[in-house]
Amino acid sequence: MPQTLFDKIWDAHVVARRSDGRDLVYMDRHVLHELHAPHAFMRLDETKRAVRRPDLTFAVQDHTVASRPGRDDTTNPEGAPFIRAMRAGTQSRNIRLFDIGDPEQGISHVVGPELGIVLPGTTYACPDSHACTVGGLGALAFGCGTTELEHVLATQVIALKRPKRMRVRLDGKLGRGITAKDVALRILAEIGVDGGRGHAIEFAGSVAQALSVEGRLTLCNLTIEMGARSGFVAPDETAFDWLAGRPWAPKGAAWDAALKSWRTLHSDDGAIFDREVVIDCGSLEPQITWGIDPSQVISVSGRVPDPAGADPRHQPAMKRALDYMGLSPGLALEGLPVNRVFIGSCTNSRMPDLEEAAAIVRGRKVAQGVAALVVPGSSTVKREAEARGLDRVFRDAGFAWGEAGCSMCAGGNGDKGKSGERCVSTTNRNFEGRQGQGVRTHLVSPAMAAAAAITGKITDVRKLA
Amino acid sequence: MEPFISLTGVAAPMLADDINTDQITPVYRDLHPDYAKLLFARKRKRPDGSDDPDFVLNKPQFKDAKILVAGQNFGCGSSRESAVWAFVAVGIRCIIARSFADIYRDNCLKNGVLPVVLPAGDAEAFEKLVVETDGTAPFSADLRTQTVTAPGGRQFKFDIAPEDRTILLEGLDDIGLTLKHAPDIAAWEQRMQRERPWLQSLSRT
Ligand code: SF4
Repeated sequence: MPQTLFDKIWDAHVVARRSDGRDLVYMDRHVLHELHAPHAFMRLDETKRAVRRPDLTFAVQDHTVASRPGRDDTTNPEGAPFIRAMRAGTQSRNIRLFDIGDPEQGISHVVGPELGIVLPGTTYACPDSHACTVGGLGALAFGCGTTELEHVLATQVIALKRPKRMRVRLDGKLGRGITAKDVALRILAEIGVDGGRGHAIEFAGSVAQALSVEGRLTLCNLTIEMGARSGFVAPDETAFDWLAGRPWAPKGAAWDAALKSWRTLHSDDGAIFDREVVIDCGSLEPQITWGIDPSQVISVSGRVPDPAGADPRHQPAMKRALDYMGLSPGLALEGLPVNRVFIGSCTNSRMPDLEEAAAIVRGRKVAQGVAALVVPGSSTVKREAEARGLDRVFRDAGFAWGEAGCSMCAGGNGDKGKSGERCVSTTNRNFEGRQGQGVRTHLVSPAMAAAAAITGKITDVRKLA
Repeated sequence: MEPFISLTGVAAPMLADDINTDQITPVYRDLHPDYAKLLFARKRKRPDGSDDPDFVLNKPQFKDAKILVAGQNFGCGSSRESAVWAFVAVGIRCIIARSFADIYRDNCLKNGVLPVVLPAGDAEAFEKLVVETDGTAPFSADLRTQTVTAPGGRQFKFDIAPEDRTILLEGLDDIGLTLKHAPDIAAWEQRMQRERPWLQSLSRT
């Protein structure tokens, strides 16, 4: 019977059926971060359980680390207990930690792919909902909570019920200046924040195939916002070329054997999906969120919707969103003054993201009164960007250039805005208060964020480029 | 894990859709926070920092609620488990919603919290009863019979997957249950070491 890619990967990882009926699915790779791992370490101490496979487990400091140059454990004082508990917990368990100061430190979902830790067809656990990002390489990710994290550490498997399969087919060809982020936001606008609930999503079609690996990582990053735990793009030569030679990727004969196996990783013709959505991306414009959930999206030339014309069930949420965002129905977002711009996060902080933004910024200045910050997703990205002079482009324009980490995405490291500020951000969640109490977040692509920084208002980047 | 068999108590309505875990427990800055205080820490407050008397869990009749009633996609967003621990900390161990976000639902099951989804036809009637009762009389939820009972005695049946029901009723130690399969896990690892060695042996250059 023709199989979906999802089923191929799942079936290849089922170790046993547990007595309660759940499948025990083996996790090939496990990456931890300091916000959630310390609690799991404490529980392992209490129950005196060992980590089964420290050699398949990696750890990063990302959520609470300061982005200020010259940072240490206490630059963000509130992060210090997490950072230190992480260091102690990984040292005693022999887990490789990418610590503050490590040349490869960064956001888990950036570091895993770029170092070749995550591979096509692998299963991947991370105590973070954006684990799904690594689906960009054709890996099957499972974001999880702390108890699950402890379970994976102790057993290297997760006990799961098989989700349903969904395919999102992205047809057409993206226009100039239109990115994976715009595509992801468009999908959210179409299927909503729970359109993928209970499913694993395969992103397919000409648009997904044409995206770079970084673009696919961005696209898959937003899978969780669609309500799905896992999302992926079938790996192809683009992915294999991207991985070749990365530090932890297989080498020599092992690479050849892996490659042979990876080339079977696609959904068979005629495979059945429980749900299929087709979106034509040919005429897609830059997308931007207007509200407080990531499906509240319009095209940059569009107008803020009127709750009166919406599904009654959505009306209260829309009204709350308008109120929080300080907007009214029918208003154009374009031209709205902004106070803050953030370029970074596991969504949009890789080299091509920074290059796209830099192309807009080069030779221009950040508008007066706008606080603009760029935080590379990893120390590796930061180094590479500096080697290509991107840091100068941003700094000369008036951007702050930070040390790698999550930074203003969730404000976990103290980087955040002030109440009432309008913030244009390349992150993934425009939730109330996420970037600071009362901060009004608009999610966009890196180029759109750069355009907002330069003009001081929400701007269609195509008019600047 | 503490088993979940049944409970009886006040049901608090919070009927909005898409309540996310950033709202349930905002990012905290303490390795050992007071989870009870963290629950809806931002939503409980007005901009000036005082308690918002209109927020449902601040209302006197819902102070000791044991059941939360919510809309669609409850617990979406971040996977943080604090968003379940905070409910446990205030004694809410049953959440009845139109639907749950996948990771959140799993986090409930791992902490002895019963996630209930009523059949679509009943949900509205049930929510209406919760709103009308307004905390004046208790509801009960019984996992053995898979029913929720309203103060007037009206019963609502709910479905739950047998594997989830077992875990909750018996309060099973999830890791212990899996470790019974340690030989299967070891066998799988050995097989992969032969068939797909790049999965099992990691080395860097
Ligand atoms: S960048 Fe943001 S979304 Fe990504 S892992 Fe960090 S806090 Fe989470």
